[in-house]
Amino acid sequence: MTPSLTHYLVLSAILFAIGTAGLFLRRNLITILLSIEIMLNAANLAFVAFGRAFGSVDGQVIVFFVITVAAAEAAVGLALVIALFRHRQSLDPDAYTTLQG
Amino acid sequence: MPGDTVLFYVFGAVMVAASLLVVAQRSPIYSVLLLIVSFMALAGLYVVLDAPFLAVIQIIIYAGAIMVVFLFVVMLLNAPYEAAPADVARHWVGHGPRRLGAALGVVLLVELAWALWRGGAAQEIQAIAAAQGSGAVSSVREIGGVLFSEYGFAFEVTSILIVIAMVGAVVLAKRQL
Amino acid sequence: MNPVIIVQLVLILFVFTALLMSAAVMVYAERKLAAAFQQRLGPYLVGPRGLLQPFADVLKLLFKEELRPKASDAVLFAIAPMISATAAFAAFAVVPFGGETTLFGLLPEPVKLQVADVNVAILVVFAIASMSVYGIVLAGWGSNSKYSLLGALRSASQMISYELSYGLALASVLVVAGSLSLTEIVDRQSGTWLGFLPRWFIFVQPIGFLVYMTAGIAETNRAPFDFPEAEQELVAGYHTEYSSMSFAMFFLAEYINMVTVAAVATDLFLGGWQGPFGSESIGWIWFLIKVAAILFFYIWARWTLPRYRYDQLMNFGWKILLPVAVLNLVATAAGVIYFAR
Repeated sequence: MTPSLTHYLVLSAILFAIGTAGLFLRRNLITILLSIEIMLNAANLAFVAFGRAFGSVDGQVIVFFVITVAAAEAAVGLALVIALFRHRQSLDPDAYTTLQG
Repeated sequence: MPGDTVLFYVFGAVMVAASLLVVAQRSPIYSVLLLIVSFMALAGLYVVLDAPFLAVIQIIIYAGAIMVVFLFVVMLLNAPYEAAPADVARHWVGHGPRRLGAALGVVLLVELAWALWRGGAAQEIQAIAAAQGSGAVSSVREIGGVLFSEYGFAFEVTSILIVIAMVGAVVLAKRQL
Repeated sequence: MNPVIIVQLVLILFVFTALLMSAAVMVYAERKLAAAFQQRLGPYLVGPRGLLQPFADVLKLLFKEELRPKASDAVLFAIAPMISATAAFAAFAVVPFGGETTLFGLLPEPVKLQVADVNVAILVVFAIASMSVYGIVLAGWGSNSKYSLLGALRSASQMISYELSYGLALASVLVVAGSLSLTEIVDRQSGTWLGFLPRWFIFVQPIGFLVYMTAGIAETNRAPFDFPEAEQELVAGYHTEYSSMSFAMFFLAEYINMVTVAAVATDLFLGGWQGPFGSESIGWIWFLIKVAAILFFYIWARWTLPRYRYDQLMNFGWKILLPVAVLNLVATAAGVIYFAR
């Protein structure tokens, strides 16, 4: 069957769920950041699919912004990871629990 | 178009498989590489969705720049493999928070799929779409026009955001301020 | 089968073979020209005037033993040359190398000499160029050796730094031409001013051309920007541990990247396949002449200029070339708006 809007949205939902699962289940800061990127891309896919369904170019422009913000966020996130790693030599989020009450 | 169907399923399958592997396997470098594969498949999906400009932008920025930064960081930190779990079953359905997290993830998937598949909504959307007419291949000119007029403010703010992120990344990663 | 599909397949095969042949020609030309610049003979034993030298080289590389260091990462070590070679060939898929032609009347309708006429062609070339960084980085990391890693990291940083100026030079041409499609850009360069000066963009954008060529030379890791593979400093940089066909693939990728940069420069700045006389269907001859001129310039630069040190290289890329490219873009945009009134 030709892919309709629903097909793309279901694909986007599956990818988002995979990203969320990765976010919860992985114990490695970099893989957690990668899972966040997967989630952002799932959202992008939904935007573009809706944009095409409604015949408007707004979907693509919003994705343009999302990609840019994701780039900025990845850069700062990775800088934080580097700073943290220098402190404790570990990429496990469970190693950074000093503030735990 | 039958070509579109085949391409959708192929790219969709590659994306889902690559994303699953990113999340499931343990070497950080392979995760990064698999995510790049996933992004290429997403770019293919964008082309199928009549958004060629966005597809190329996705490859240039996401697969070509952001992932290079990830790769550099993984190589710089010589990121160790996650500690192998003593008991695989306990690792995946492990202690309290993780179990809850996994359950919530499944609930999220089911809820998303239900909300998006719900008969009424899909038909409403398709009715609106039919009324407005599906877009043809959107040209770069159109995107540029909308980007700089309607979204002009967001554009300027995003540029400032990028400068802030640049400065922030350099300052955070310095050894001594 | 649908004749369009057949034509398309033939075109793909033709471009692929032509690129392979061009790499062979480049190997020979480089060695002969280097010899000329250094006042010696160059290859002259194999075949008449040494013309079969590249084929002798390929045979030698084919028969060498394929080595892999024991501590290297097998998967990464194996896929790195594939990524480099694939990116090099793929970039040429959207570059038009001739106008419409009917092959002297053999074909029923004119066919464009371009594998895929995408309307975002410039960006596709740029995107695939940014993919070739991965071949180098993975080669360096996968080899698990210090020379490889250092060379790869330096090379990758150099490539991503000069990508910015490369993109800005492309953007200036885009502003002048008003389109991202390479075919349209070439078409916009037809005609002449004052009857004899062709309307090439190199005359409209001289600084843009210089920025593009400099960034292109840096992107392809050629002298004077070839510190990452400098034999005197790093053994051989990222391809130290490679031998036989994997090394040949890196070698091939480098030459084909050069050809792609030259071909895109011809399309963007030198009027593509347009010449002072002759119909559009033999435009590919003009294209070849222009690309050959740019490649000669590439080889000339390598054997004449001393190599930049790595920090000088990065300094130049960020502090000199990038501001020049930005100012060029701003001035171009201002000029286009002013003269359009």
